[in-house]
Amino acid sequence: MIIAVASGKGGTGKTTVATSLARSLDVQGASLLFLDADVEAPNSHLFLKPEIEHTRDVGVRIPEVNQEICSLCGKCAEVCQYHAIAVLGKKVLVFPQLCHSCGSCTLMCPEGAISEKQNVIGVLEHGPAQDGFRYFRGVMNVGEPMALPIVRLLKQWAGESDESQVVVIDAPPGTSCPMVEAVCGADFLLLVTEPTPFGLHDLKLALQIAAKFTIPVGVIINRDGLGYQGVDEFCAEAGLSIIIRIPFDRSIAEGTARGRTLLDIYPSYKTAFQNLFKEISNYGVGSRWPRP
Amino acid sequence: MKIIISAAAESIDAEVDQRFGRSANLILVDTESLDWESFRNPGMAASGGAGVKAAQFVAGLDPDAVISGDFGPNAYEALLAADISMYIFNERVNTIRSVVKEFKKGDLIAVSSPTSAGKHGS
Repeated sequence: MIIAVASGKGGTGKTTVATSLARSLDVQGASLLFLDADVEAPNSHLFLKPEIEHTRDVGVRIPEVNQEICSLCGKCAEVCQYHAIAVLGKKVLVFPQLCHSCGSCTLMCPEGAISEKQNVIGVLEHGPAQDGFRYFRGVMNVGEPMALPIVRLLKQWAGESDESQVVVIDAPPGTSCPMVEAVCGADFLLLVTEPTPFGLHDLKLALQIAAKFTIPVGVIINRDGLGYQGVDEFCAEAGLSIIIRIPFDRSIAEGTARGRTLLDIYPSYKTAFQNLFKEISNYGVGSRWPRP
Repeated sequence: MKIIISAAAESIDAEVDQRFGRSANLILVDTESLDWESFRNPGMAASGGAGVKAAQFVAGLDPDAVISGDFGPNAYEALLAADISMYIFNERVNTIRSVVKEFKKGDLIAVSSPTSAGKHGS
């Protein structure tokens, strides 16, 4: 059972929900995996307090040009869809941050002047969370623009999950490639939103991703009670379940600022998340999206 | 001298476009005769690496200088490798014609480093 927590809009409470969900589950330590895939700003460790035991670099392959063999024919630049390699003057320039590691330039070079080298863009970390379950996270190096390879390798490193395992994925915000990579393959998508026009707008975008994968979805409204009714109206009309409402509450803000999960602040959340999990497991809650 | 200027439309009387990689048009002007030719900027609709793509295109036209409002790090590095001088607009320019005038007066500032951080993302 893989549950991805995503939002569209950043700062809506994905990590609050994902960490609270993981801490609520009474499953054996080895059977629960938590993946922080928000590699640009992973902060679930503040709540789950893992002890990192293993790390490994995330490298992507980028071209390296032997300028002595290169005939400046320009085939590499022609074939590159991302303009990561360019022939200018008497030189071939490589722009590592634009490279998507497809290998086309290496393949197309008639002189065999291009080889590939590793470019490290981030790191993966793994170890037990304070509660004993297995914790993984990816961290992108500052200044790097491409999060997707880190998310992909993070999921590979955590391994194929079997049916008995529960995997909670804290997805990156937005609906671009890294978020898509994080939620791909999930059995259930928990969408955290907030009752604001911006929250609603990005919820709709996230639903478009869910529709591509036909993942069942459930909505959690955070900061409930701000006064904007648009999210409720949209969900009612679309037939989307609002599974949990987290109120706009000063104690929650103060608690999360101190690294406490919802169940540390209000113990009743433990039951709420356990019920949520039970219902997700039975597909008793959540909506097929788009609706059949 | 042949110069290239980033423009919002296809004419020497068009307004300037502050962006280099994603400007709509690139206008090649002969500073003596004022003969000009407009090109669609292939970087405009690039999904990524717009600055590099525009720079490669510009290098193919072999100008002495390129003038725009902003050169990001990739465009800067590419134009530098192609040995093309870069200048940025000043507050007195609005049309391509006025850029040529300021350039001939020597009132534009030559660029010796990127003028903004990269705009690329995943």
